[in-house]
Amino acid sequence: MSTAVGTPTSLPSLRVTYWRVAHSEWTKFTSVRSTLYTLTVAVLLMIGLGAIFSAIVASEAAGFGPGSSAISTSLIGTFFAQLAVGVLAVLMISGEYGTGMIRASMAVVPQRHPVLAAKLAVLAVAVFSTMLLSAAAAFLIGQVLMGSLGVGLSEPAALRSIFGAALYLTVAALTGMALGALLRNTAASITIFVGVFFLLPPLTSLLPPSWTDHFVQYLPSNAGAMLLDDSYGVAYPLAPWPGFALMCCYALILVALAGWRLRRLDA
Amino acid sequence: MIEVENLCKTYGDTRAVDGLNFVVRPGMVTGFLGPNGAGKSTTMQMIAGLDRPSSGSIKVNGQDYCRSKAPMAELGVLLEAKAVHTGRSARNHLLALAQTNGIGRARVDEVIEFVGLGSVADKRVGGFSLGMGQRLGVASALLGNPRTVVLDEPVNGLDPEGVRWIRRMLKDLAAEGRTVFVSSHLMSEMAQTATRLIVVGRGRLIADTTVDDFVARASNSFVTVRTPEPEQLRQLLIAPHVTVLVEPPDQLRIDGLTPEQIGTAAWRAHLPIFELVSQQASLEEAFMELTQDCVDYRSAESEVAA
Repeated sequence: MSTAVGTPTSLPSLRVTYWRVAHSEWTKFTSVRSTLYTLTVAVLLMIGLGAIFSAIVASEAAGFGPGSSAISTSLIGTFFAQLAVGVLAVLMISGEYGTGMIRASMAVVPQRHPVLAAKLAVLAVAVFSTMLLSAAAAFLIGQVLMGSLGVGLSEPAALRSIFGAALYLTVAALTGMALGALLRNTAASITIFVGVFFLLPPLTSLLPPSWTDHFVQYLPSNAGAMLLDDSYGVAYPLAPWPGFALMCCYALILVALAGWRLRRLDA
Repeated sequence: MIEVENLCKTYGDTRAVDGLNFVVRPGMVTGFLGPNGAGKSTTMQMIAGLDRPSSGSIKVNGQDYCRSKAPMAELGVLLEAKAVHTGRSARNHLLALAQTNGIGRARVDEVIEFVGLGSVADKRVGGFSLGMGQRLGVASALLGNPRTVVLDEPVNGLDPEGVRWIRRMLKDLAAEGRTVFVSSHLMSEMAQTATRLIVVGRGRLIADTTVDDFVARASNSFVTVRTPEPEQLRQLLIAPHVTVLVEPPDQLRIDGLTPEQIGTAAWRAHLPIFELVSQQASLEEAFMELTQDCVDYRSAESEVAA
């Protein structure tokens, strides 16, 4: 019927829906190389470091350090895998700002917020599913390597910790994406993400405990990590689920700010 | 149809767009013309919902584009040549855009063939030339078979065949009853494709006219004379229907007299003439004349001449 734009025989009634935008974001997610690279690195760190630390514990007579357990030792890769999923999360949005793609994305979804919501959803599904499988594998491999020190899935905190590792990584990734959406810059976003989630917790241990005891348990990583059956050197750790809830609150605040910036400002 | 009303956009202290009012009608190509920095791109970005107007309103097909239920069926935009993730293939890029509005693979393939990117559709966009990038941008604008099309400098970077292709496509789109709004900083380009013209300078509307009117205005001929006595010759020639401009040091520009009349008058007054040339203002000159007060960045040479 139309000559200038080909024959649009294949056009149904068009309409933007959340589901369709999510479908589009899935296509974007699976069609760039960085997705495969970062997720592969995350899986390798999760399983590989868990295995290495478990083997070290088994070979030493001293056993576990204070506050840690057979469960948390096998899941230690979580804190390294978070770097990879954080980079993935930041790149998913800052890559669009860096290349100008964001303008094409926003022009076809001028309501804008469905794009951010769909990105968060695709990221959450991808990170949670891959990291849940990786955490389960890391747990099982770790317990085998620890021999007599190892525990089974029936151990009270085991399932919570395996799911906890996946939940922790998912929320960390969502935080990274919110940072990317707020700052619109890959380098700045990754720097802040690594600083807060990876560098800050060990740095605080250099300060006198009389200061740090007041706040280290509220750092997002220390709060969320309480799901993993370990106190990670925090003197007054939060309970597992309240700690995770606090980590979610930080993520929510950043997501809300990112949504506000997206809506108000020029794309 | 695009209706722009009292549109303003300020960045800090700079008024990029300053009270624009115009209507772009369906069924014809409307050119959006102005020197660099006139606010063309900013205006087009506001039409596409990408920049937020500081004040004023824009309606696309009678409604606020940002509230459109089926955006890609309403408006197709080509804003920058490469608003594209460089790591993705052309096909996946278009598919991702298409899926947001529920457009499927078949239509994506159709548009890829239409713009002539079939052989490179699965290559990464990062390796595309400027011309291929423009074709990809056109493809994304046409995916939803939109009623209104906005293209910012579409012939940029295209080879002559590509330029011809764009011109034909714009006319075809308009002939189908669509609204077609195309920007350019080249008057000659617009004269070949557009029916109506909206001319802006420094964010303000300078002219809202037809190309035919504009060409008629531009086709006024004039005569330039080089003489060592420009002031005396000016006094001699000045008359109610004649305008004489002195262009120092020794040149006159005369409207309303033929070279014969001027030459005869000078000979009778014993004024020497070194050069007497009948000139036709080009479209480009007419455009520059119209916008000369509105150019932000001009070369030192044209500063002196003006």
